Amino acid sequence: MTPIPALPASIDDTVRLLSGADYVAGRDLATVLFLALRMKRPLFLEGEAGVGKTEIAKVLASTLDRPLIRLQCYEGLDISSAVYEWNTMAQMVEIRLAEASGDVDRTTLGSEVFSERFLNRRPILQALTPTGRGAPVLLIDELDRTDEAFEAYLLEVLSDFQVTIPELGTIKASEPPIVLITSNRTREIHDALKRRCLYHWVDYPNAERELEILRRKVPGVGKRLSRDIVAFVQAIRREDLFKAPGVAETLDWATALTELDAVALDPALVSDTLGVLLKYQDDIARMAGSEAKRLLDGVRTAAAHAAE
Amino acid sequence: MTEEAPAPDGRLAENIVYFARALREAGLPVGPASVLDGIAAVETASIGSRDDFFWTLHAVFVKRHEHSVLFEQAFSSFWRKRALMEKMIAMMSPIAIDKRDKKDKPQAGSQRVADALMKQPAREEKDKEEVVELDARFSVSERELLREKDFAQMSAAEIALAKRDMARLRLPVDSVRTRRLVAGNGRIIDLRRTLRSAMRNGGHFVDIRFRTPAEKHPPIVALCDISGSMADYSRLFLHFLHAVSEKGRRVHAFVFATRLTNISRALRAKDPDEALDQCTKLVKDWDGGTRIAHCIERFNKDWSRRVLGQGAVVLLITDGLERKVDDGLDHEMDRLQRSSRRLVWLNPLLRFEAFEARAAGIQAMLPHVDEFRAIHNLRSMADLVHALGREMDARTDPRAWLAKASKAA
Repeated sequence: MTPIPALPASIDDTVRLLSGADYVAGRDLATVLFLALRMKRPLFLEGEAGVGKTEIAKVLASTLDRPLIRLQCYEGLDISSAVYEWNTMAQMVEIRLAEASGDVDRTTLGSEVFSERFLNRRPILQALTPTGRGAPVLLIDELDRTDEAFEAYLLEVLSDFQVTIPELGTIKASEPPIVLITSNRTREIHDALKRRCLYHWVDYPNAERELEILRRKVPGVGKRLSRDIVAFVQAIRREDLFKAPGVAETLDWATALTELDAVALDPALVSDTLGVLLKYQDDIARMAGSEAKRLLDGVRTAAAHAAE
Repeated sequence: MTEEAPAPDGRLAENIVYFARALREAGLPVGPASVLDGIAAVETASIGSRDDFFWTLHAVFVKRHEHSVLFEQAFSSFWRKRALMEKMIAMMSPIAIDKRDKKDKPQAGSQRVADALMKQPAREEKDKEEVVELDARFSVSERELLREKDFAQMSAAEIALAKRDMARLRLPVDSVRTRRLVAGNGRIIDLRRTLRSAMRNGGHFVDIRFRTPAEKHPPIVALCDISGSMADYSRLFLHFLHAVSEKGRRVHAFVFATRLTNISRALRAKDPDEALDQCTKLVKDWDGGTRIAHCIERFNKDWSRRVLGQGAVVLLITDGLERKVDDGLDHEMDRLQRSSRRLVWLNPLLRFEAFEARAAGIQAMLPHVDEFRAIHNLRSMADLVHALGREMDARTDPRAWLAKASKAA
């Protein structure tokens, strides 16, 4: 077995680690990530949809060669699907077998039936179990989708990295998992939970970084077209839109435009493909036609100025 | 002082403590635990540049995106002295390059640090001033009245009476069904509890237990008009919202006249007077003009996705007397209704017997609300509380008002 890669030793190391996996991160993100790894604290990532929050966890798991355990939150998420569940069917069979063999001693049967053998481990409990490959990466995705009750339950898990099962006792992780929590901010997360984490707001990347992301993720796009795309997306984000496009939309748009064999942007092309970039009818209606042309002209003028 | 070589950690720790105090002054909720975290983080990160130092402290002290700006201001003014900053970095540097250099002039260094600490109060004040300046620049309308108004102007007897009555109001009993299951008399068998109860009696008989979907109170989102014509009612209404949030209900409150202000945090103060006092400090356009369309647009774009997620009931408290009515109002109201589970418009003008939905603003808004109610006294407030727990009734149907208005015309 290959040795587990060590955690990064400095902020520069962290930048290198991320860029090695084609994740173009700013210094700010690298710093907070490095601290989270070092201080063994959960990292709370907030930001608009499509800026690469979930991707960080995936990249971290693959570069550090650790298992990625993902808990997708949804309304109604409860302990039995997030933490653990007793395998009741197997327990019943066990009781029946004990009855058949005739030795039904209440206390021994009780402790046998409620043993780890009958415990179905769900993501959070899995993350607290030693893997032999170092602490796993636990991704708690879109925490804002679940309710406050579950958030409160997480407090114990995130501060002490332990889970209490009434029938069995407390299970504590020998090595705390690397926890990443993401939120799209459709609801405010309680301060008590945030207090236990390091916080980072994942912002839209600047033009330079977005160009780099585009170059790495969609390699087939021509130089001129990618510069146009990034400049246009950066400009459209400054408009007063209901939902500004994220990095994911930029990449989708670039792929779409290459499929259409475009070499440069023109207003008609932008209007036709705006649905890839903007997802609200109001926004599309506002940006289509003359607005797209105005933005594009602005982008062109700025580029010409920069070239001079 | 008797110490020979000052422990670098000690100085650093001290400075971080002072910095945390400056942040608290600037309005960031920084507790002692985060100070300890800050020291640990700076030690872990072994900072190399001002940028790294900035982001290291940012990671620990900033827990909300909105606070980033405040932090930035506090950081740049607190760690302004470049020499101090470099000194800190040198102290923390894992490679002690210029040890001799440091020994040569330890006095100067500690003097500078002392200077920085001495001047700190002045700096804090400056921070505050900067924040205010920034706010002032955001003001849009020339009609806007930037003045801080005292709630005490309302007669004391009136407030006391209103408060007592509001405290006695029963909470709205509306509830929405969630997808979470709890023990109850539902139709889903709870095997775990069934098994445990069977174990208790030795498995002689099995008493099947059930689960049922949990119900919970949806959050209340209130958009409260505080322009000149509304000020008296909105004040009472803020008392009401405070009373409701006191009882454990989630309340997001916004006030608007010419611009939208989120006062949810301020409302969380235990004492109602203190809470309203904090609101007054936050709000800069008290008793100003009205720009309903603009404020609802801001709410739709900046807040709706953050606070309307859990099946919220929206209470819109305004007289609907918009000065300039265009398509924007219609459009934004439409959007607001689509993103909320139930939109209730509370209008104090309804207290007049002869009220008719004639004004252009009211005509534009009325088609997009689910309910249209009066809100002018404690009785109508109590009515509202009852109504939230029930289905809508014909008396408050906005279409009835529209029909009446068109008939009259």
